[in-house]
Amino acid sequence: MARLPKLIDGISFGLLSPEEIRKMSVTRIVTADTYDEDGYPIERGLMDPRLGVVDPGLRCRTCGMRAGECPGHFGRIELARPVIHVGYAGVIYDCLRATCRKCGRILLPEEDLDYFRRKVEDARATGGDWWDYSKEVISQASKVTECPHCGEKQLRIKLEKPTTFREEKNRLTPSDVRERLERITDSDAMLLGINPEVARPEWMVLTVLPVPPVTVRPSITLETGVRSEDDLTHKLVDVIRINQRLSENIEAGAPHLIVEDLWELLQYHVTTLFDNQVSGVPPARHRSGRTLRTLAQRLKGKEGRFRGNLSGKRVDFSARTVISPDPCISINEIGVPEYIAKILTVPVRVTKYNIEKIRNLVRRGPEVHPGANYVISPDGRRYDLRYADREELAEAIQPGFIVERHLMDGDVVLFNRQPSLHRMSIMAHEVRVMPGRTFRLNLCVCPPYNADFDGDEMNLHVPQSREAQAEARILMRVQEQILSPRFGGPIIGGIQDHITGLYMLTKRGVWLNREQAQQLLAAAGIEPHLPKPAKKEGGVEYWSGKQIFSMLLPKGLNLTYKAKICETQECARCLKENCPIDGYVVIRNGELISGVMDERSCKALSRCEVLDRIVKDYGSDEARRFLDRATRLAIAAAKMFGFTTGIADEDIPKEAREKIEEVLMDASEKVKKLIEVYERGELEQLPGRSLRETLEMRIMELLTEARDKAGEIAEKHLGLDNQAVIMARTGARGSMLNLTQMAGCVGQQSVRGERLSRGYRGRTLPHFKVGDLGPRARGFVESSYKKGLNPTEFFFHAMGGREGLVDTAVRTAQSGYMQRRLINALQDLRVEHDGTVRDDHGHIIQFEYGEDRVDPARTDLGKAVNVDKIIEKVIGVGGS
Amino acid sequence: MTGGGKSAEGEGEFDVTKHQLVPKHEVLSKEEAKEVLRRYQVKVHQLPRIKASDPVVKAIGAKVGDILKITRDSPTAGKTVAYRYVVRG
Ligand SMILES: [Mg+2]
Ligand SMILES: [Zn+2]
Ligand SMILES: [Zn+2]
Ligand SMILES: [Zn+2]
Repeated sequence: MARLPKLIDGISFGLLSPEEIRKMSVTRIVTADTYDEDGYPIERGLMDPRLGVVDPGLRCRTCGMRAGECPGHFGRIELARPVIHVGYAGVIYDCLRATCRKCGRILLPEEDLDYFRRKVEDARATGGDWWDYSKEVISQASKVTECPHCGEKQLRIKLEKPTTFREEKNRLTPSDVRERLERITDSDAMLLGINPEVARPEWMVLTVLPVPPVTVRPSITLETGVRSEDDLTHKLVDVIRINQRLSENIEAGAPHLIVEDLWELLQYHVTTLFDNQVSGVPPARHRSGRTLRTLAQRLKGKEGRFRGNLSGKRVDFSARTVISPDPCISINEIGVPEYIAKILTVPVRVTKYNIEKIRNLVRRGPEVHPGANYVISPDGRRYDLRYADREELAEAIQPGFIVERHLMDGDVVLFNRQPSLHRMSIMAHEVRVMPGRTFRLNLCVCPPYNADFDGDEMNLHVPQSREAQAEARILMRVQEQILSPRFGGPIIGGIQDHITGLYMLTKRGVWLNREQAQQLLAAAGIEPHLPKPAKKEGGVEYWSGKQIFSMLLPKGLNLTYKAKICETQECARCLKENCPIDGYVVIRNGELISGVMDERSCKALSRCEVLDRIVKDYGSDEARRFLDRATRLAIAAAKMFGFTTGIADEDIPKEAREKIEEVLMDASEKVKKLIEVYERGELEQLPGRSLRETLEMRIMELLTEARDKAGEIAEKHLGLDNQAVIMARTGARGSMLNLTQMAGCVGQQSVRGERLSRGYRGRTLPHFKVGDLGPRARGFVESSYKKGLNPTEFFFHAMGGREGLVDTAVRTAQSGYMQRRLINALQDLRVEHDGTVRDDHGHIIQFEYGEDRVDPARTDLGKAVNVDKIIEKVIGVGGS
Repeated sequence: MTGGGKSAEGEGEFDVTKHQLVPKHEVLSKEEAKEVLRRYQVKVHQLPRIKASDPVVKAIGAKVGDILKITRDSPTAGKTVAYRYVVRG
């Protein structure tokens, strides 16, 4: 059984010679029939028992091995007439064009041949691509009209795709072609890019056809007992039939025309046997009309051997289903449907410590959830618990048995979402078996997977060995991936409602009575040992939202930074703790003293100070605990205070709308004047720009200004009491630009950074005069999204939108290709213990990893150290 | 001509070693070269290569088989050192 592994020293590619085909063949195949009436394979038929075994139990007539061990053995069909190999029609064509029709030498004078011969020798000696010179030889030789060796006039040869050669008017039969190829000398073949040691040119014309072993084309027996043959077998049957008719006709001395026709038919069948998608050849079909899947089809394309079976394989112990959110589970966990947990198994070895537990699992069997599906005894026998007497088996179990039990709470699994572009696309989660049919995941892990819940599906894999499980848990667990090596900040963190929730909880003037405070803490999963209430009013104790949030922060945490909401505020001088919008965050010894929690506190994929500090200073355990609680607290707070947004959030007063209209009218007027100035030729040209470009730039400037002004007016009426504004300013979702476009004015639409200009001659749409350069005619949308766009505006908006879509499509295609090439180039590199980066030959790529040996995931957003932060951490007061 | 500023191809030629984008290249002595190979536990062919036809190699007069020490500015580390083995070409 044990076979010695073989070491591959090298691979050389060549053609099979007729002798080789005969030598490797175990039998000549002569009959097109496969089985006799009793269902036994016919000797010298396509299912000849010497070609290998596929039925279990039988032994191979050639090698004596059983099904599965016998690799199968080739047979052969002796062709009555030679046929062209479709795959080499192009090479044959080159050979014919480049050589003399009479003497077979390459149509170049001996000096030229010597020159090329030296080049080829040189290249072969240095390991270069010697066959590259054949292109030059062929292109030079095929232009020659008279043989420099024998003086024969050359006729023009044409290849009629796919396999017919013609010399002027005359058709060259495969026999003629083969004769000519035979005349090519070995040293000339070299110059044509063919190494005669492994491939003679004439071997490209087939005289014997290898018949692949039955293991390559097994027949399948349907439930009804009907045998169904492989497509290759069907095709080979055709080849044999025609081959037989052809040889009978030749022997009987049939008229030339009939023989020719059959010969051509044989060529067709052999061609489609190799490749059933050759252009110019109708594909061979099954009786049902389905096209046959022959040799080339097995290899080609996404589902072919290379892409489908070698680069990518199907695996066991995996599951795939739709995902949905669950804010109540930890970021480390994943909800697995019970239905899946009963199919996926983990092998556990029985010991004297776990034997009773495992016996119980075996008793419960495959149908009840924490159960088991198989028992494997130490001698390797496998018992299927669906059919076994489970009570008896449970008793029989001894230490040393292996039981494949159901997936259970706490098991490690790998979870993945395509396209797997970075290492956080596959992370290890802990299982939580749940009712329902979807995988459940915590919302904080959406960013690394780039997942949402509009129907996304994800994959799950169950590591089987203890090593794999330990490796997954230590290296791949979600909490170990919080920091992204891409930018040195958290890629796992709060999103959307988490941010608004925390903002609403921590902003000024949030006072909670005991009941409310305890409710929030319970939701966050904190035991309610409430601190001293911050104030007492009318005998009632009140806690501030900041106090509640502080209970999540680790002791000793010191931070000072400006919140996200501070960014848009244009304070002349920051008032720090007295900031009117509470944008100055101060955390001292784990106590939130001032400032609000927003994007800057714990949003994924952004500069989030609190979470970032906790992971880097307190470790991933603390960070996970913080994230789990903070997000649940945020959701509970949002639910307690209530949060909603709607189109009414973009309402602005009538005066504001009128003012915006005025601004836009004003801009329109200015543009009109500018155009007049331009048309009078009085426009002052900007350096390096044409007059027209200058005009465009000036107009764009004016319109941008107008849109911004409209936005400003709208913004005045959109304060932090507005829910949509809260989302935008805290960085939870959307931007102020989104809001001003909804409330104020959408603005200029553009394609390639310019105002819209294409469409009809001299105008964008027939609604405008030819040559109209005004804002409306060139894609300026004066309306707001809320008011609605008029038809021309809508059309322009669609034009701009389309460019965005096209850009995304092109970008993803380009970056996908680039990514694949980078992966291929870098996949074997690793950092050695001496800090060098080397490939698998030990070649040094970098003398010091990243030149500074710093792991980007542990940097402060890409910078190796942040001195200010260290000082603050140590002395506990704000630096800047 | 080691470390010299003169081009090997005659007077008045452009001197690559003076260009601000060309980092400092130095030829290592026999002993220094041996020390580098020992430090990284490598054979010469496992080092990055540089062709003898490279302008900077000609400019500093390095020969095939030499090892060059290249000192570059680095955005992460300030200064960084790399070594290259001079090959034919
Ligand atoms: Mg989606
Ligand atoms: Zn066999
Ligand atoms: Zn000739
Ligand atoms: Zn401020």
